[in-house]
Amino acid sequence: MIEQIVLLLSGCALALGCFFMLSGAVGLLRFPDFYTRMHAAGVTDTLATFLILGGLMLLAGWSLALFKLGLILLFLFFTGPVASHALARAAQHSEWKLSGSGSRGGKRGPAEPVSAPAEVAEADALNTDRV
Amino acid sequence: MRYTLSLIAVLAFIWLANSGLYTPLLLTFGLLSIALVILLARRMQLVDRESQPLHLAAALPGYYWWLLCKIVQSNLQVVACVWRSVFSPSESVISPTHARLRTSLRTDLGKVLYANSITLTPGTVAVAIEGDEVLVHALDADGIEELRRGDMERRVRVLEE
Amino acid sequence: MLATTIIALLVVMAMALTRALLGPTIYDRILAVNVFGTKTVLLIAVICFTLGKPEFLDIALVYALINFVSVIGVLRYFEFRSSNGGEVMDD
Repeated sequence: MIEQIVLLLSGCALALGCFFMLSGAVGLLRFPDFYTRMHAAGVTDTLATFLILGGLMLLAGWSLALFKLGLILLFLFFTGPVASHALARAAQHSEWKLSGSGSRGGKRGPAEPVSAPAEVAEADALNTDRV
Repeated sequence: MRYTLSLIAVLAFIWLANSGLYTPLLLTFGLLSIALVILLARRMQLVDRESQPLHLAAALPGYYWWLLCKIVQSNLQVVACVWRSVFSPSESVISPTHARLRTSLRTDLGKVLYANSITLTPGTVAVAIEGDEVLVHALDADGIEELRRGDMERRVRVLEE
Repeated sequence: MLATTIIALLVVMAMALTRALLGPTIYDRILAVNVFGTKTVLLIAVICFTLGKPEFLDIALVYALINFVSVIGVLRYFEFRSSNGGEVMDD
């Protein structure tokens, strides 16, 4: 009886995890600029990871696997924000810097670069050439 | 000394739980690698209050529980934004914005914890910390407003003290 | 449920790869590769449950470490290249 409940719970967690993960991926494809895509990626990195690993933990029961899953979860939770912060900081050093303060309106389209248009074109060429 | 001991305990726990084989040979290897790591960490002067925040041990679980609820809540908001942008492509559902938030947190540990928490909740990302200002990018103005109200900051300050 | 999860993970990974191919900026690509990497960790974890071999979890753990280090490494490279035209400079 209890086993079945645990199985059901883990199934629910996995299904919800899949849903959040897919939503995040759709956001990653659909959102208009780099910084907003980072928010979408955040969804797949936090709640989806938590739900899927949580579902697996329920399946694992009391064993070493449970601990290892916990370790993976902990590790992903600690490194996730560090990686996104490093990404944002690197982008901040680039041509796609956020301007000093205030906010952009609700526009679609790439983040407005602060540098002159010529430099941006050059930067674009740089990006496409060397990747 | 306290911090070295706690590091030894953590490393031993990780070794024992990851190995799953408890033969004398492997336990010796475990001891040796723990000793090596301790030696390296002490030489690099990594073993201190900052890397082993023992004073937070009592308060952290409560904070993480609150943060988890926050993460779930903001995840739902971002997911709603995603699906609205899929089903009604014509109207603009998101209004990305960014702002510099002043923070009254003093210690580096507090600032890092605060910025990390901001990044961990989807919808807001801490881009940079300059002095006592945090540059935050958010999916919409609500995210910034919520941070301005300072709920998270207050909780981090409680941890800081 | 595990099979469904694997399929969903593969779909998400394909979408991340699409974003990595589309770009347009280098940071979008790195972001997509990071997402791809975390999803690989999850995929390995789910696969070891479908096969019933918990030992494979170690691989997932190691992959999580490698993924993090590689993303940070690549970012350091691009950060300094974009800020001073390719010359490596200390902080």
